[in-house]
Amino acid sequence: MPWLLLLLPLIAAAANQLYLKRNAFIASMLSVASVAATFAISLMLLGKENAVAPLNWIAIGGFEIEIGLKLDQLATGMMVVVTGVGLLVHVFSLAYMADDSAKARFFTCLSLFMFSMTGIVLASNFIMTFMFWELVGLSSYLLIGHWYQRESAADAAKKAFITNRVGDFGFMIGILMLWGITGTLNFDDMKVPAGISTGVLGAALLCVFCGAVGKSAQMPLHVWLPDAMEGPTPVSALIHAATMVAAGVYMLFRLQLSIGSDAFDNFAGDTIAIVGGITALCAALMATQQNDIKRILAYSTLSQLGYMIMAVGLLAGEAGMFHLFTHAWFKALLFLGSGAVIHACHHQQDIWQMGGLLKKMPITGFTFLIGFLALIAVPGTAGFFSKEQILEAAHHHDRLSWLFWVAATVALLTPFYMTRLFAVAFLGKQRSKDADHAHEVGPLMFLPLLILAVLGLIAGYPFIAEKLAPAYEKPAHLFHFSGLVPITSVVAVLVGLVAGLVVYLGKERDPISVPLFRDRFRIDAFYDGVLVRYLQDAFAAIVHFFDEFLISGLIVGGSARIAEGFGGLFRRVQGGNLQGYAFAFGIGVILVIYFTAF
Amino acid sequence: MLALLVILPLIAFIAILAGAPARKSAVAAGLANLALGLWAAATWENSDHWSISLPVLEKPALHLAFAFTDGMSVIMVLLSVLVTLAALLSGKAPEGRETLYYGSSLLISAGAIGAFAATDLFFFYAFHELALIPTFVMIGLLGRGDRRDAAWKITLYLGFGSIILLAGLVWLANLAGTFDIPTMVRAAQEGSLSIDPATQKSIAALLIVGFGVLVSLFPFHSWAAPAYASAPAPTAMLHAGVLKKFGLYGLLRVALPILPDGMNAWLIPLLVLLVGNILWVGLVTISQKRLDLMLGNSSVMHMGYIFLAIAALASATATGQSNPLAQPAAVLLMFAHGISIAMLFGLADRIERNTGTLELSDLGGLAKSAPGLAFLFGMVAMASIGLPGLANFAGEVLVFLSAFKNYDPAAGLAPVQVAGILAIWGVVISAVYMLRAYRRVFHGPSVPSTENASDLSFADRLPVLLLAVPLLVVGIYPNLLLSLLK
Repeated sequence: MPWLLLLLPLIAAAANQLYLKRNAFIASMLSVASVAATFAISLMLLGKENAVAPLNWIAIGGFEIEIGLKLDQLATGMMVVVTGVGLLVHVFSLAYMADDSAKARFFTCLSLFMFSMTGIVLASNFIMTFMFWELVGLSSYLLIGHWYQRESAADAAKKAFITNRVGDFGFMIGILMLWGITGTLNFDDMKVPAGISTGVLGAALLCVFCGAVGKSAQMPLHVWLPDAMEGPTPVSALIHAATMVAAGVYMLFRLQLSIGSDAFDNFAGDTIAIVGGITALCAALMATQQNDIKRILAYSTLSQLGYMIMAVGLLAGEAGMFHLFTHAWFKALLFLGSGAVIHACHHQQDIWQMGGLLKKMPITGFTFLIGFLALIAVPGTAGFFSKEQILEAAHHHDRLSWLFWVAATVALLTPFYMTRLFAVAFLGKQRSKDADHAHEVGPLMFLPLLILAVLGLIAGYPFIAEKLAPAYEKPAHLFHFSGLVPITSVVAVLVGLVAGLVVYLGKERDPISVPLFRDRFRIDAFYDGVLVRYLQDAFAAIVHFFDEFLISGLIVGGSARIAEGFGGLFRRVQGGNLQGYAFAFGIGVILVIYFTAF
Repeated sequence: MLALLVILPLIAFIAILAGAPARKSAVAAGLANLALGLWAAATWENSDHWSISLPVLEKPALHLAFAFTDGMSVIMVLLSVLVTLAALLSGKAPEGRETLYYGSSLLISAGAIGAFAATDLFFFYAFHELALIPTFVMIGLLGRGDRRDAAWKITLYLGFGSIILLAGLVWLANLAGTFDIPTMVRAAQEGSLSIDPATQKSIAALLIVGFGVLVSLFPFHSWAAPAYASAPAPTAMLHAGVLKKFGLYGLLRVALPILPDGMNAWLIPLLVLLVGNILWVGLVTISQKRLDLMLGNSSVMHMGYIFLAIAALASATATGQSNPLAQPAAVLLMFAHGISIAMLFGLADRIERNTGTLELSDLGGLAKSAPGLAFLFGMVAMASIGLPGLANFAGEVLVFLSAFKNYDPAAGLAPVQVAGILAIWGVVISAVYMLRAYRRVFHGPSVPSTENASDLSFADRLPVLLLAVPLLVVGIYPNLLLSLLK
């Protein structure tokens, strides 16, 4: 039965592509049915130890690569989140994409994504992880480029794929090095042998981490994620907020579980934590000056992923995974809520063109509010519990306790930019016709929002968390506001919230302007303008020039000119008949063989 | 039976010359050969139908001998028959030139199959030459653009490569005292044929350069892209997909088993050149402005990966280590690359016929008017940049694994691993040029050339599916092909 988790979405994708292209309704129903079934199976598998016999994918001599399923608590818990969010997003999409001319293609790609993501979650070895890692990249490429006739969407899709490939370059090297070090590719058998130098081990782990930097959009490869918002909003919710982008965190934690987190207790772990911390901070700063509702959420996703990566680097992977689980629900909620808003506002995405939406769309507005509270980690919501664990981990780390203050700053910035978003878009009065005409969305869209809102509130409490999150430790008491960490975080939330309200409530346009944050530290411009244009394209053109004129022109051209003399001779003899030349050439060759050999 | 695979295309060739309907005879021969090829793959181990030996000369003993020495030959023959039929089906002969068009394609196919199935060094070489001649002729007479220049360039290059190769092979045959390849290999492995290291090194140099030129090893690659861009589609498909693999096949069949020390002596230069294939030619590929030149260069680039497997094998056998992954990796990737590049050239030809251009700047939004073409091109583009589920990925990942097979963490990275790491960067480069081209051709708003472009008809899809299905099947389950190698 566990194989059905992989097979059902694959069958749905294949059937949609091959037979149902013209029948969008059946295609969408098939996709929804497959994700509903996998969700049910995931719930059944939760908390049980299951073993399935692996399939043999490549076998040469003694070497084997298997396709196997690993069904431990980490994997089954993650499966519930992936299929759960997946199911709600599928249902939401039925309404959101109802009028799209390529609805069947959309659902085909969603099923392809569910298949690929399931593969990453259940992978039993590193090659299998890598395979499905590439396949989620493909489905993400296809879905970002869903409206491929738009230049921006086509560019964003390409950018996402290529940026991820840069990360995968390191990932592949890391896998190969770890294979050399541990002698196996299977997660179950991976052990660090004695006598391996920290340098080699750390280098291999950092190479593997490169894969996570790409997929989980950490700096400096974060640039693709905000652009990926060109895809339909349900895709942003499922792939670019809740599940796929968290795959990097999942993969690193999977590796920590199998190789032992001690292996990370060196410069590798520290680098990972610092990269995560920097990403969390910089992305939060960028978010404060964005105006597109989806982009604000995208930068907030970057920032929260930074938290998770930081936790993994601090050897508190279970805290990172806990945050992954809670974040999946409320961030999917926020994205779907923004989708409902965009849907209602005639595809208007600029928050300064919205306003007063809470009155126009009460269900969407209030569920969005819950997601907002969970994201900024108001005590009692899901986000509070999981963020708390990450802050604790940072505070107690021997070498990197300064990261606690970075994380605390992020905890202050998050309520600030989210309050800005909420105050500008949902409160005040309508600032455009689009906002004026907005009305509540239908039940197919608000039901997923309601379910996610409930989960955003309760997913942090032990009765859910201990089932889903691996190695979850029930806190001694749920609300303990003593000690530096909880006090700091509550103060940060309050300060950020109040500052956001003071600055933005009832404003017509942005009173603060920080071009550096708005231009995302000019990193994107630097990549496009310098790295791609000069380092890659100009360099490629120079290489091309040398290739044509040096290799082809001088070195080979010299000998060609001599030969051309012969050619001219032949041409005269044969009257330019290439056929004749060629046959003469063949006969000549045979004669040469004859004379040299005999 | 095996001889039939070579003779059938020749019979069809003669029939066409005698006036039989060209396309029908060619396709009939192609179909029959595909059936024979599949039958061969299923039964070659348990049946003695699949070898034949006819004495040609008494002294020195020269036999026209065909046999499946091992699974590698079977796989190469399978590749040949698949690509041949697809090439014959997807081509469209210019008015009045059907005889030349289909006749030449059949000759190329017969030559390639003959070379892969021959066990005699002389015929191994001669069949490849037989296939080269119609290749030159097709480019020179029926090509597009600068076809004269392109034809001369490929003729001179490959002529030069063939002569050097011939010198190496003749030298080897003289030392071995036989033309029979399996006998030579056995003698080399048992020690009865021992060639001193200095001679090994010289012969290996001739073979690396000779075979290398035929496979467009850097820096002998500049013939390839213009030739493929000018060639009629079936010629580009057959040469890039099948015939070019002769050089790699030769290195694996002859050079590595008989001259292990000689090959290892050139390890570092070989690694430098193959990295040149991947990085240098990769960058050249990025800066191409025409789809056909881009594809031609990409096929040069991907040869670097197969050379990497060859280098991994060379470095292992000479030092007494084993690398059981390298040869299967090379064979799997040869098969995958052959299928995918043939499919790419076939589809590029379709794009040109349907839109009238292959200039990237004149194309755009083709996915709207031709979704079927966009899907299939997208699939094979993804295959060629190594997407899992398609055969190329399995080949590439095995190549990388074979480069790291003998990695010793305590001793640090050996040259093969350093080259392997540089080669992995090629995975990024190929994504850049392939996705850029796909973006330019299929995405974005429609432009005049693509607005009313027609999609693939059912008949157009047949040859494409003939290639797409093996790509997918082998990609999902590589063991299917690898089991032939046991």
